[in-house]
Amino acid sequence: MDSDLLLPRPEGLYCPAGDFYIDPLYPVHRAVVTHAHGDHARSGSGHYDVALAGVGLMRERLGAGSSIDAHAYGERFAMGDTVISLHPSGHVLGAAQIRIEGAGKVAVVSGDYKRDPDPTCAPFEPVPCDIFVTESTFGLPVYRWPHMSSVIDDMLAWLDECKAQNVPAVLFCYALGKAQRILAELARHTTRTVFLHGAMLRLVDVYREAGIRMLPTAPVSESARGRDFAGELIMAPPSAAGSPWMKRFSRASTGFASGWMRIRGARRRRGYDRGFVVSDHADWPGLVQSVRDSQAKRIYVTHGDGEALIRYLRDNGHDARPLRELGGAMPDERSSEEGD
Amino acid sequence: MRRFADLYEALDRTASTSAKRDAMAHYFAEAPADDAAWAVFVLGGGKRRRTATSTELRAALAAETGYADWLIDECYQQVGDLAETVALMLPDHAGDDGDVPLHAWLEDRLPSLARLDSATRVETLRTWWRQLPRPQIFLLNKLLTGSLRVGVSQRLVVQALAQWSGLPTDILAHRLSGDWRPDAHAMGELARPARADEHAGDRPYPFFLASPLEHEPASLGDIGEWIAEWKWDGIRAQLMRRAGTARLWSRGEERLDGRFPEIELASLQLPDGVVLDGEILGWAANEEHPLLFTALQKRIGKQKPGPKLLADVPVRFMAYDLVEQAGDDLRELPLEERRARLVRLLESHGPTLMLSPEVKATDWQALAILRDESRVRLTEGLMIKRRTSPYRTGRKRGDWWKWKIDPYTLDAVLLYAQPGHGRRSGLFTDYTFGVWDGDTLVPVAKAYSGLDDAEIGQLDRWIRANTLERFGPVRSVPAHHVFELAFEAIQASGRHKSGIAVRFPRILRWRHDLAIHDADRLDDLRRLASG
Repeated sequence: MDSDLLLPRPEGLYCPAGDFYIDPLYPVHRAVVTHAHGDHARSGSGHYDVALAGVGLMRERLGAGSSIDAHAYGERFAMGDTVISLHPSGHVLGAAQIRIEGAGKVAVVSGDYKRDPDPTCAPFEPVPCDIFVTESTFGLPVYRWPHMSSVIDDMLAWLDECKAQNVPAVLFCYALGKAQRILAELARHTTRTVFLHGAMLRLVDVYREAGIRMLPTAPVSESARGRDFAGELIMAPPSAAGSPWMKRFSRASTGFASGWMRIRGARRRRGYDRGFVVSDHADWPGLVQSVRDSQAKRIYVTHGDGEALIRYLRDNGHDARPLRELGGAMPDERSSEEGD
Repeated sequence: MRRFADLYEALDRTASTSAKRDAMAHYFAEAPADDAAWAVFVLGGGKRRRTATSTELRAALAAETGYADWLIDECYQQVGDLAETVALMLPDHAGDDGDVPLHAWLEDRLPSLARLDSATRVETLRTWWRQLPRPQIFLLNKLLTGSLRVGVSQRLVVQALAQWSGLPTDILAHRLSGDWRPDAHAMGELARPARADEHAGDRPYPFFLASPLEHEPASLGDIGEWIAEWKWDGIRAQLMRRAGTARLWSRGEERLDGRFPEIELASLQLPDGVVLDGEILGWAANEEHPLLFTALQKRIGKQKPGPKLLADVPVRFMAYDLVEQAGDDLRELPLEERRARLVRLLESHGPTLMLSPEVKATDWQALAILRDESRVRLTEGLMIKRRTSPYRTGRKRGDWWKWKIDPYTLDAVLLYAQPGHGRRSGLFTDYTFGVWDGDTLVPVAKAYSGLDDAEIGQLDRWIRANTLERFGPVRSVPAHHVFELAFEAIQASGRHKSGIAVRFPRILRWRHDLAIHDADRLDDLRRLASG
């Protein structure tokens, strides 16, 4: 029974053999957390097991007083009748796939992952298993990511245009993962200082403490009132778009970095001047490749509606099913708003 | 086409009209004239015959990618645009270095593609796709299947041409009107200095369009400065009597030659060198009021109407302006003067050429009472035009107003939804609504517009979370949400399950305050349709 190892419950995905939850939405006695995005790392649980590389971010998210055990990638530790190890998922700093060995089987819950190189985190590691749980945020073949180098070229050209037109360039992206990845990628081409929205400051510091090389940054809030940001790059979370905070950047050209920017309609609907296709998630080829790499006999798909990916995998000889078929009760669908 | 693809990208990535105008003016100056001419045509919404069907595009895509039809459909539902879906799904390839110019695509390659049999067309498409970079694949597909929508109006194209040529916009609009043919010569002609007899020739005048009246009419000041007429519900057209012939041009600047022979025949009685602006209306002999627009619709599509159709739906031309007389351009004369001449001109003409009567009232309140008769008269309300107004170009606010009657409304329950297109792609924005027929809800209207972005997002999430069944892209949802819809007309219809058809339905507001049992009943709508 697959449900010996994995069983959806209202609090989140539960491992009966190991008696722990993965990324629970509500407080539980023991949680293994894949990564620090707010829809996966929720505070209030009795004890947490996380990857060592991401422990700084986890402390930020879960609160300094939380009981946390940090494990190096690949380290094996026992939980109930199971043996657990964490393996890089390439999603953000410290993000992990969870390998669970027990009841004579191996299950891998991949969490959120991507296959493209990212200077801010360890690359995805294919982990052979019997049961593979995959996300499907971008589960259609129209989602195929361009090379990051060409996206960065576009971004640099945009910054040049903004400089020539003497307007600020405000780039919206998620504060954890995406912002640091862009700051690290840009550091290969320029040494300029980037101005940050308050919501990004602490998270950028945590990445620096973890030894990630990024462009120098300065808080917008510490700039003198009336400072002219013409020609400068400012980074902010999407929630700042259209808020009073934007008043400082009159005539700004706005950009949004997200996988959703692959689709013209999504770009136009959001009303940003420029869309940059950058995602922390696997694109369609990445999803299909990861399923193959897992060599798993059974695939469970979560996140998004995933129906197209399931049908495609089944057409191609995989035993793929929606996660809810494990039985139990699914927690409310996570919002995929954070970390796209 | 690389240069045009760059222009498209520049237009697509900005919402600023001045940036768009600059980009186009720059392109007109830099591009070879034959390419520039085609860009004017395509960006201005010029119509071309479609050269490949969407079925052929899908077949070529399936063959090229190996993806199943259902997966291509899923992608199309997400993207909302087939041309883009194809461009996104095709594998990466180097792309050929040779650049085929825009005019060569439109003059040679696409017409020759249209002449091929379907199977060869699919093969040719695949070869072309392999040779093009992704942005050009998208544009090619757009040119094959329909229009290019990039937030550019014909008016903005005209403004860019004005910037490029240094000529005033009204002259350029006139030069582009009618069936302007894009080639290098025509592009050169657009830029030549203005001549006195500019207006003569084969082209209609650019139409002057009214704006909706958003305030009380009293805000327009003294009623004595205004002329009111009925707002006719027909086909806006210019009737041109020049050089011994009669010709009708629609407001979409399409020639309607041969479609309305009774009007062409009647207008041959007019003196030469006359252009009338008015409305084509279905109108049965000896009737006081015109026929419904739906009757006229039967005539629109028919190039050569047969005797039965001519007898069933006879048409008349309701003239309300005189823009040319004795070969002179009258557009700068005040409306009062043009109208006085129009009255004299039509004095001795039979019913096929009618004068749109003035709706006279001593004050705005009296006019509002007359406006209440609009529906009985099968008109859409009133037009209010400044007596001193010239005949302007395009939609210029201030002189001509349309004061439409308030729409009918009904409260209906959301039954089905499917994803929209363009900027609404991937969101459930096309809704079907139903009203009560006994204990069941029957669909009566589809509506696409009227909610704001926040409401669309909220409803989209609800639809995804509450889908009952899927029929291709369509999802059925539980009866829960009630919406107030507005519509312009209602009539009995044998083609609809509900037995009624409503015209131009749109969402007025989301009625959170109503429960589904508060929605309207079909019986009442049927009564409205028959009454």
